[in-house]
Amino acid sequence: MWQTIRDFPERLYFDYSVYIDRFVDWLSNTFEWLFDIIRDVILTMFDGVEFVLGVMPWWLYIGLLFIAGWRLYNVKTGVILSLLLFLIGVSGLWDEMIYTLAIIFISVFISFLIGLPTGILMSKSSRLESVLKPILDGMQTLPSFVYLIPALMLLGIGRVPAVFATTIYAVPPLIRLTFLGIKNVDEQVIEAGISFGSTPMQMLFKIELPQALATIAAGLNQTTMMAVAMVVIASMIGARGIGQEVLIAIRQINVGDGFVAGLAIVFVAIILDRLLQGVTARFDQTMETE
Amino acid sequence: MARDVKIDNMSVVFGTKMQRKAAIELLDEDMTADEIREETGATVAVKNLSIEIEEGELFVIVGLSGSGKSSLIRTLNLLNRPARGTITVGGQDLTELSSSGLRSYRRNDASMVFQNFALLSHRTVMQNVEYPLEVQGVAREKRRQTAQDAIDLVGLSGWENHMPNQLSGGMRQRVGLARALTNDPELLLMDEPYSALDPLIRRNMQDELLKLEDEMDRTILFITHDMNEAFRLGDRIALMKDAEIVQIGTPDEFFDKPASDYVRDFIADVDKTRILKVRSIMHRPGYVAKLGDSVKETREALKERDMDFCYVTDKNRKFQGYIRFEDLQKSRGQTINKLVNEDDTVIYRNAYLREAWHKLKEAEYDLPVVDGKGRLRGVLDYNVVVEALAD
Repeated sequence: MWQTIRDFPERLYFDYSVYIDRFVDWLSNTFEWLFDIIRDVILTMFDGVEFVLGVMPWWLYIGLLFIAGWRLYNVKTGVILSLLLFLIGVSGLWDEMIYTLAIIFISVFISFLIGLPTGILMSKSSRLESVLKPILDGMQTLPSFVYLIPALMLLGIGRVPAVFATTIYAVPPLIRLTFLGIKNVDEQVIEAGISFGSTPMQMLFKIELPQALATIAAGLNQTTMMAVAMVVIASMIGARGIGQEVLIAIRQINVGDGFVAGLAIVFVAIILDRLLQGVTARFDQTMETE
Repeated sequence: MARDVKIDNMSVVFGTKMQRKAAIELLDEDMTADEIREETGATVAVKNLSIEIEEGELFVIVGLSGSGKSSLIRTLNLLNRPARGTITVGGQDLTELSSSGLRSYRRNDASMVFQNFALLSHRTVMQNVEYPLEVQGVAREKRRQTAQDAIDLVGLSGWENHMPNQLSGGMRQRVGLARALTNDPELLLMDEPYSALDPLIRRNMQDELLKLEDEMDRTILFITHDMNEAFRLGDRIALMKDAEIVQIGTPDEFFDKPASDYVRDFIADVDKTRILKVRSIMHRPGYVAKLGDSVKETREALKERDMDFCYVTDKNRKFQGYIRFEDLQKSRGQTINKLVNEDDTVIYRNAYLREAWHKLKEAEYDLPVVDGKGRLRGVLDYNVVVEALAD
């Protein structure tokens, strides 16, 4: 008796997953040409990026990283960053790292192409703002695994859907911070621009974007960090790289290997974060008004 | 060419569309801005205001914060649009301009200097100053040259490649002024430009503005909440309160005939020594000798006028010093040249009495008044100064 009241009635069960399946089927059939183009474009980008990343010898990476750390911060940071990179190589994960970096760079690049204009449009149109804000909130609270499903269905398995999922996961902070950066430009500076007869385009390129640059750079940094996090998860749909090493280690309950691969991801994250923050700080330095 | 400005029955109203509409209908009723706000929720920042500003005039609008003075000046480049009424600059009604016409007006005819400088922090001083020309598409070489002239004019030569955050407040406002001057506007709008500066710098900047104004042919509209500043700068002053004008007039008229107790209160703190200029109370020197005059002639002239001494200038009326009657009596020379006591205690005719006061105490005799080129223009008498400050 109690059981019939307590348990959710089976009569109310409604399986709407079929409709979603149908919708995705429809989507992938109707827009097959589009997804083909996306796949081709992303694969071409991979060829280019992997060529550039692969042609450089390992010691050149370490040398360049040392110089970057030294110029942006100090010798100590240069040494630490290049040491972290060296340790990835020592772990035997160099090739995997290159592969992972390629996914990250392409995802961040596409995020930038999408995020920057979207952020700008959002700052100009309060209607778009009110539509996009809840969507962005939703995107950031959704579990990252969920992005794998449409990517998988529309683009199959491999690194192309990995880029797709990573981009969708990583783009919100860039949109949000581009929007914020432009919205927060000093009202008087905007008025000064208007009062000297700037056109809307001149306002955007000569005043708003340069003023928002530091904030946009911070957004790019966050987007990159999100991409690093997502790239591990994207290995579940067949992207190789360091993420796959982690995945294999988990399946085999191989704690040591898992830890080594996990640390390598952390090192990649630290290196990218430091580099981007260093560049951002440079902007900030020249921009401070007080 | 400077432009005249004519504001006719102009009102500025802020609020939602509905509130504004309701408020506009009440503008002609006998209600204050406050009463209209209570009734409709809209803020009437400027209410039925009419002013005529002449070509080349330095017109100051003064009032406490919230009196509507900033809202008023911002209508002159349509940063605020008037709810009704007309604003005519040089015969052109601004409210009728198309968007490209307005852009051209903003680019060529009116420039603004902002209270918090509003510099572009990502650009150097030079790049800030050339911005108004850059948006007009002026070629790089030419705009560099014009911007350099403006930078030199405000005394920032050598700072061209610095970023705004490397400059002091006073220097930043110089950049703001230079930027407003590069497009050679006929109308210069200054929205509390010196309020954010400390008093000493502020006074310097005021003096410099007066000097610039002397050389420029443009109409200047200046906003301030500081009555001293208003009186120091303004040819004419309009005192605003609660979106309306309480009194318009020259500084003298404010002192002679304050329109109400409010005006009287407002000018109570004004320090006359900082407002009255030397030239307004100096008198003509009785007899002036020139270098090369004969001793005899000069002696006779002074004797006739019963003077103890007289000033000496060169042929171009440039001040040289003074000569004592007793020295003339003792002398056996031909010309007075050797008897001249060289004296460099002079006062500029546009100086304020406060400055003259200190110098009067140092001087042995009355104070000679000179113009910008050092020519003798008058004499400042200690007693006259005391008298002027007394009433």
